[in-house]
Amino acid sequence: MQELSRVDDIIQSYSEVKTPLIYILKDVQKEYGYLSDVVLTHVAKKVNIPLSEIYGVATFYSLFTTKPKGKYIVRCCNNAPCHVKGSKEVLEAIKKYLGLEMTETTACGTFTLEFTSCLGLCAVAPVMMINDDVYGNLTPEKAVAILKDYKMKGLSNA
Amino acid sequence: MHRNHVLIAMDAHTIAQGARSVRDALKRELEMASLSNEVKVVETGSLGIYNKGVVLVVFPDDVYYAGVKIEDVSEIIAEHFIKGRVVERLRYTDIPEAEEVKEVGAAPRFGKQVRVVLKNAGVIDPESIDEYIAHDGYEALGKALTEMKPDDVIDEVKKSGLQGRGGAFFPTGLKWSFAAAEESDQKYIICNADEGEPGTFKDRLILEGDPHCVIEGMVLAGYAVGATQGYVYIRGEYRMSIDRLNRAIKQARANGLLGENIFDSGFSFDLEVREGAGAYICGEETALIESIEGKRGEPRDKPPFPPSVGLWGKPTIVNNVETLANIPQILLRGSDWYRAMGTEKSPGTKVFTMVGNINNPGLIEVPMGITLREIIYDIGHGIPGGKGFKLAQMGGTTGGILTEEHLDLPMTVESLREIGAGLGSGALLVVDDRQDVVELVENFVEFFDHESCGKCTLCREGNGRLLELLRRINNGKGRLQDLDLMEDLAMTMMKGAFCGLGQAAPIPILGCLKYFRDDFVKKIETAETALAA
Repeated sequence: MQELSRVDDIIQSYSEVKTPLIYILKDVQKEYGYLSDVVLTHVAKKVNIPLSEIYGVATFYSLFTTKPKGKYIVRCCNNAPCHVKGSKEVLEAIKKYLGLEMTETTACGTFTLEFTSCLGLCAVAPVMMINDDVYGNLTPEKAVAILKDYKMKGLSNA
Repeated sequence: MHRNHVLIAMDAHTIAQGARSVRDALKRELEMASLSNEVKVVETGSLGIYNKGVVLVVFPDDVYYAGVKIEDVSEIIAEHFIKGRVVERLRYTDIPEAEEVKEVGAAPRFGKQVRVVLKNAGVIDPESIDEYIAHDGYEALGKALTEMKPDDVIDEVKKSGLQGRGGAFFPTGLKWSFAAAEESDQKYIICNADEGEPGTFKDRLILEGDPHCVIEGMVLAGYAVGATQGYVYIRGEYRMSIDRLNRAIKQARANGLLGENIFDSGFSFDLEVREGAGAYICGEETALIESIEGKRGEPRDKPPFPPSVGLWGKPTIVNNVETLANIPQILLRGSDWYRAMGTEKSPGTKVFTMVGNINNPGLIEVPMGITLREIIYDIGHGIPGGKGFKLAQMGGTTGGILTEEHLDLPMTVESLREIGAGLGSGALLVVDDRQDVVELVENFVEFFDHESCGKCTLCREGNGRLLELLRRINNGKGRLQDLDLMEDLAMTMMKGAFCGLGQAAPIPILGCLKYFRDDFVKKIETAETALAA
């Protein structure tokens, strides 16, 4: 059984905000890593919105996840401006290095690989985002070198 | 007193190239050289130089350094700040301001660029309200609240001919007059900063470079239509824009420029930032409103339009960042001044983002009516690697396809409409002749298939089927009749989809099929021949 009291605190902190559901879900996800059934059921009860509706919101937006993800979420852009600058080759190299297909997570829980929509960094395309940090002007070699750094960091913090 | 100021561009692009660590090294090493009292490091927004690494400008010497790495910092300090010698190997001379022309009362010009919306970007410290105020900031607001009636404000915006810069180019003053005419206890102003159109980053850099001009535009809009509360709906991924905007809102409140009784005029207006959670469709104004209401961002049926029934059922104006950023200048300098730029039917300037296969990518602001050739070859310095021009897509992934024959077409709302395209978000994707058009179209449709919200069948299923057909062609299993099928399906979506996404998605597909049908045919026939052999 997860500790749910933090959910109550988060909901309380938005008592002044009109229709704060998206903010609540964001903070709850930050606290618990993902939006589990248990957590969503609790939120639904507390904010008095049907669980079906909350689940609808949680699965609509790409920044929400109802499944646990890796410590580092690698989000690659594959939109047209990145595409014409070679994002396909970069993505292939990343997939190969991590041994992942899109939306998968490594067995050790270190990396999750996803697509991102355009990050508005197209002057330095192709780009990727790892958690909150962005990296531009990628080549297959450069992308793999960056991931290697994260892998080391992940190991040393483990 | 500091003898030198070092401006360092801190925007999303330079940060992606390591600006933060260079800034830290600069501050640290100036401290170590006991120069921190003489040389001040100032963070600013985009300097208009992109893809050239970390960029610094030293004032008053007016020396630009580009591609600065941490290991270069000690050399710059030792040479430039101690010995007074410019580090030539890092010097950057292709500066957008190179041809600056100063005319009294005119907007600053930088070669072919004219800066209205971007006049402060890269000039002021975006985290300082004092610097904004020193550059005529909040003067328009003072003028409007003390000398103008709300109707006068609307009239001036109407006369300016300003059209919505989110992509639809609806007349802004007219939109405002609809909400102003509504009787309601509460009205809202929403700034649409949910910039998600691939290739577009103008709103991001306006907010990062000059957040106060957007705030000022929103307060003016509120005064004009009688709204007292505003929301900026901004992409959750745009961390830096969110932080700078929040800081700017706090400063504006502390200076009495937001909140109760602004300028003792009796008018009150406040602002709140709302973060998106990742959904392209939320750029559509009714989907955006649903999202602020805490729901799935699915578009609403229209009419009623938001100026009548919007956020929480109240009259609401939704304007794009760039639209709002134009407002203070229009009110301060007048609609005649504004109309002197651009063309009769498309007045003013437009901010474009140049991306793709182009030598000098980035953000520019030019008068409406400039030709595609001028943008790509004069400002953008052409196509890299000696490659030829294949096509350009104007306005993001839903934008129309432009080819060689359109290079001398003036970039205005009316001329693009004539050929079934549009200015859209102002993103200009340049594609060179080594790119595979059929793969590019597959990439477009992958995007639509992913971003379709699923509400209507034509967009949800239509994009899915188009993607299947394109993958089939790219995998060497296409048939010639697939091309007719695609055209037929695209036309149906255009006519029948529920909102702008599904209606616009077919535009680039039909454009590529029209101008590059041979590329599709060749791919299908080559695969057939290979199969037969």
